[in-house]
Amino acid sequence: MNKSYLQEDLLRMSGVNPRKCMQCGKCSATCPAYDEMEYHPHQFVSMVKNGDIEPLMKSQSLYRCLTCFACVERCPRSVEPAKLVEAVRLAVIRQQGANRMTANDIPALLDEDTPQQLLVSAFRKYTK
Amino acid sequence: MQRIGVFVCWCGSNIAGTVDVKAVAEALKAEPGVVFSTDYQYMCSQAGQDMIKESVREHKLTGIVICSCSPRMHEATFRKTAAAAGLNPYMVEIANIREQCSWVHKEMPIGTEKAIILGKAAVAKVNLNTPLTPGESPVTKRALVIGGGIAGIQTALDIADAGFPVDIVEKKPTIGGKMAQLDKTFPTLDCAACILTPKMVDVAQHEKIRIFSYSEVSEVKGFVGNFDVTIKKHARYVKEDVCTGCGACVEKCPMKKVPNEFNLGMDNRPAIYIPFAQAVPKVATIDPNACNMLKNGKCGLCARVCTAGAIDYKQQDEYIQEKYGAIVVATGFNPISMDKFDEFAYNQSKDVITSLEFERLTNAAGPTAGKLLRPSDGKHPHTIVFVQCVGSRCDSCAQKGKEYCSKICCMYTAKHAMLTRDKYPDTEVYVFYIDVRTPGKSFDEFYRRAVEEYDVHYIKGMVGKVTPQGDKLKVQASDLLSNKQLHIDADLVVLAAAIEPDKSARPLATMLTASMDTNDFFTEAHPKLRPVESPTAGVFLSGTCQGPKDIPETVSQAGAAASKVIGLLAKDKLKGNPCVAHSNEQMCNGCSSCERVCPYGAITYEDKEFRMPDRTTAIRRVAAVNPAVCQGCGACTVACPSGAMDLRGFMNEQIMAEVDAICK
Repeated sequence: MNKSYLQEDLLRMSGVNPRKCMQCGKCSATCPAYDEMEYHPHQFVSMVKNGDIEPLMKSQSLYRCLTCFACVERCPRSVEPAKLVEAVRLAVIRQQGANRMTANDIPALLDEDTPQQLLVSAFRKYTK
Repeated sequence: MQRIGVFVCWCGSNIAGTVDVKAVAEALKAEPGVVFSTDYQYMCSQAGQDMIKESVREHKLTGIVICSCSPRMHEATFRKTAAAAGLNPYMVEIANIREQCSWVHKEMPIGTEKAIILGKAAVAKVNLNTPLTPGESPVTKRALVIGGGIAGIQTALDIADAGFPVDIVEKKPTIGGKMAQLDKTFPTLDCAACILTPKMVDVAQHEKIRIFSYSEVSEVKGFVGNFDVTIKKHARYVKEDVCTGCGACVEKCPMKKVPNEFNLGMDNRPAIYIPFAQAVPKVATIDPNACNMLKNGKCGLCARVCTAGAIDYKQQDEYIQEKYGAIVVATGFNPISMDKFDEFAYNQSKDVITSLEFERLTNAAGPTAGKLLRPSDGKHPHTIVFVQCVGSRCDSCAQKGKEYCSKICCMYTAKHAMLTRDKYPDTEVYVFYIDVRTPGKSFDEFYRRAVEEYDVHYIKGMVGKVTPQGDKLKVQASDLLSNKQLHIDADLVVLAAAIEPDKSARPLATMLTASMDTNDFFTEAHPKLRPVESPTAGVFLSGTCQGPKDIPETVSQAGAAASKVIGLLAKDKLKGNPCVAHSNEQMCNGCSSCERVCPYGAITYEDKEFRMPDRTTAIRRVAAVNPAVCQGCGACTVACPSGAMDLRGFMNEQIMAEVDAICK
């Protein structure tokens, strides 16, 4: 896929305008999964802005984001980094083809240690 | 028929570079009424003006069209030239062929064509121009300053020193404002009280200044030079002229548990109080919400201990009427509420404080007598985290905080950090910043000193959250330059809260019909060239009511506002703008549409007797415009459904003639 087309697609999917970002880093400061991530929320914003999207698509960081939306809640500029992370994730899934999750898959995944929030997010992520 | 002269200016190459000025002068010669047309390199120069005067005499001109820059630039210049040549200054029209023509077009033929069209429109208008004479109104030689902070104090002193009487209205029991609460002032670190309190005393002792403390403006009527103002003086239950400020009542008052607003609620004061030792006027005030005597008639101790007999539990609010020629707004600012910023735990922990609270904590007259102690346990904090831009520079959709930069936070945080390290070298000080903005004389040097000499840890990044845990505050933050997430166990967190205009500003603006921006800062008449005047004539702006600014800037602006006021009060009569609205009483149907849209309150209605066609008389309600108040904005002429309202100098007929000339 063409780089600029991919960038445009990501921005359209997420509704995020990365140019609004003032690089204050509050998203990364608030991120509970920070230590698990190779690329941190503020880097997602600046890398998508610069069209540097390939490394993000290959990174495990995509799956470490808990979609807790703390970054969205705290961002003083309303940039909404989590939506961008999710858009990149979606772009990867679309490239992979139809590996979608259905409601039937959920009971098998339930166990006591798994937070329900995780299943809800997983369902959101993999049904699009 | 007019005899019109057309003068086309080259403005060096500014106009002549894109407009064929000779062709414009030639084309306009053929327009109706034009008897003379020429071009010149710099029409505004002395030689250019002399040429205009000469031509007026030689060709007996009755009207002038100048094709040049924007009328904002030189309309006044050319009106003076016309007056010097014996013409009515309002017989001059400017065709703007620079800003609206040569500067926006690149090709000569297009630029020239447009310049000719603009010139034709101006000629068509001058053909219908009539000589106008500005009206006159007297000036009350007294100024009102609303707000008694450093801005109001400086403005009042400057006006009073010029010999005009000034009244200061301050809603708190004392003047002094925010500056009185500060400890030291950047960048020279002189103590705020040491430089402010002498000025407060000057105000109190100045024979031309009256202070209305614990008072507010409740009504404003009138117009420039002739404002009628009602001041509401709240009952303070103490006779101001009798009280000596000895403080015996304050000491004896049994109700001692009222949060002290001067120390931002970090300690308590009695129900009868003097805000601080250097208060002006130094007079006690009874808080009616806390005083037992006022609430249920049980106590009266202060009256018994007052040897001067100043206590008066029956005192009532008093209304004072006064006339003023000019009004200065100096209503100041407040830090925003931290309620919407849960992530910083301001409401959860006493040890998360705002910068203004930090000022009180380090002030020798503050709740800790100047020792930096934690509000929760009174222990000395060893790790302090300062967070910048809390609520400043927020996106408008974020629904919390302000879009603008509060301007003063970078400098006062550097000051706090530096002074802390200076006084308590065993303290680790972190400052989390997005950008450090220190433009200003000796400002950046000051900030660098905090970093280089005082080893304050400046970290680029924002704090994400603060969690109170035991007696520590867990701070989680970004360090963007080393690409790390930091976890700091802090003892004290200081938030540089954004500043916003005082809440009293909005209702005041409504009373003054002065305009405000979306953030409730007062708007200037021109952001660059008239920064201390409100668009409403006779209303001036001083200090942070106009936008965030520090003390040096506030004092400069206060002086500038004073000089504008002095310029106004020095006049015996005010010449108005003759381009004002007037109503054709025969056509007016008294519908009030114009009154509703008038932003200046210039339109009133009166019942007038008219002779009807059948020789009877009838009383009809018709609009009347006060020419001294009208600013000539033209809103009423558009709103009027019957076409009765018209604007002198911009009559509907003239505007239509311009449009016709353009469309021809």
